Amino acid sequence: MTWSVMIFKLSEGMLESVKIFTLTLLFSLPLGLFVAFGRMSKNLLLRNFVRLYISIMRGTPLILQLMVIYFGPFYIFNITLSSGYRFYAVIIGFVINYAAYFAEIYRGGIESMPVGQYEAAKVLGYSKAQTFIRIILPQVIKRILPSITNEVITLIKDTALAFAISYAEMFTVAKAIAAAQTNMTAFIIAGIFYYVFNLIVDFIMGWIEKKLSYYR
Amino acid sequence: MKVNLLEIKNLKKSFGTLEVIKGISLNVEEGKVVSIIGPSGSGKSTLLRCATLLETIDSGELIYLGEHATTDIDGKASYAHKAQLKRIQSYFGLVFQNFNLFPHFSVIKNVIDALITVQKKPKDEAMEIGRGLLKKVGLADKEDAYPYQLSGGQQQRVSIARALALNPKILFFDEPTSALDPELTGEILNVIKELAAEKMTMVIVTHEMSFARDVSDHIIFMDNGVIVEEGSPSKVINNPENERTKAFLSRFES
Ligand SMILES: Nc1ncnc2c1ncn2[C@@H]1O[C@H](COP(=O)(O)OP(=O)(O)OP(=O)(O)O)[C@@H](O)[C@H]1O
Ligand SMILES: [Mg+2]
Repeated sequence: MTWSVMIFKLSEGMLESVKIFTLTLLFSLPLGLFVAFGRMSKNLLLRNFVRLYISIMRGTPLILQLMVIYFGPFYIFNITLSSGYRFYAVIIGFVINYAAYFAEIYRGGIESMPVGQYEAAKVLGYSKAQTFIRIILPQVIKRILPSITNEVITLIKDTALAFAISYAEMFTVAKAIAAAQTNMTAFIIAGIFYYVFNLIVDFIMGWIEKKLSYYR
Repeated sequence: MKVNLLEIKNLKKSFGTLEVIKGISLNVEEGKVVSIIGPSGSGKSTLLRCATLLETIDSGELIYLGEHATTDIDGKASYAHKAQLKRIQSYFGLVFQNFNLFPHFSVIKNVIDALITVQKKPKDEAMEIGRGLLKKVGLADKEDAYPYQLSGGQQQRVSIARALALNPKILFFDEPTSALDPELTGEILNVIKELAAEKMTMVIVTHEMSFARDVSDHIIFMDNGVIVEEGSPSKVINNPENERTKAFLSRFES
């Protein structure tokens, strides 16, 4: 295999990794907020259900969750799904796992807000929704950004776990090339790709953090 | 003509088994300044929080401009429906001890955001109101600053401007100078005095006795959840009759 072919194949894999990364954030960041609402709900049933969901997501390996989501329909319900399901299984697995982590971060941020902010808004006549969207959420986002950055960085590396269900992201591709060539080259290039990906994300998160540092 | 902007009738409020407000009645007439004094823990803040709908009262009546926020039904307070409470909410403003400004909004935005978001005023009209109020509290040059860049006294003046922006008929203050360094209290008291001169109706919880005497039409001395003594400043502060009032005021000899 020539260098250019190898780089091309790894880049294709990288594109899949970026796809998993982007779609996971796109869905799990908003979903996490709703999960956090459920976790803080006054409804005991809902609250405990969400608590159980979060504890399972955080208490079992993501790699195992991916397996269950991918193979579950067949082994449990005897449903045979098309090969396209592999992609959906990856996205579903990552989204529901990361939503649980994000939910706990949101909850921590929301609960750390001083009650005086709610009271000031209430006396000024803001509705509950207006208070949350205009007053609370912007401040929560600033407070939780460092924790979010941690999760986002972890997610880059976690995308490699999709290899468990043979999804052709970069790590899966690198593994196949390395096995065929019986050397480490593909792994080293993949490592560099992951690292550069990381640097870019780190730069973007740093930029957002700076944007939000106009107040204290 | 006497118009009662606020009538409180036999208000009671407990936290669990602790009864904090034990049946308080008072009227606030249009254009008057009422000050509430009393020892720590006597229930002054709780009374203000009940009046501003931040706490749910157990029994009694809260009436703003003749509109019932609560009605007493068999000794239990029953609140009006949401739309009516929303309207009543717009009759009053509240200035907090620790300001509670919105830190992510600039000074001008703190003052006008509710005008735009809640009252749906057009932005340029809101800006005009906001700038006028900042000028009034002496902060015209701080429009674009953020709260963290201001002194405590300046922050409190912004919060007064924020409350005034919605054009309330009655303004409550809960110890507006208690969180401030002593040298900064004067600037707040002057703003309040100016409002009093303009006949703004105000209810002020304060520990500043000489200020209360100067600015108030009526003084209420509270202790242990009840009104112990009330009347004109010259009566309550200069010639108190009740022993508890005397004991309390003796700590403020000036
Ligand atoms: N949310 C609450 N839960 C339980 N108890 C409360 C609550 N808020 C106030 N209290 C109690 O109610 C009593 C009156 O408190 P309040 O804050 O109204 O007093 P205050 O007169 O404003 O005192 P200060 O001059 O110190 O501000 C106190 O015993 C206080 O501990
Ligand atoms: Mg108090």
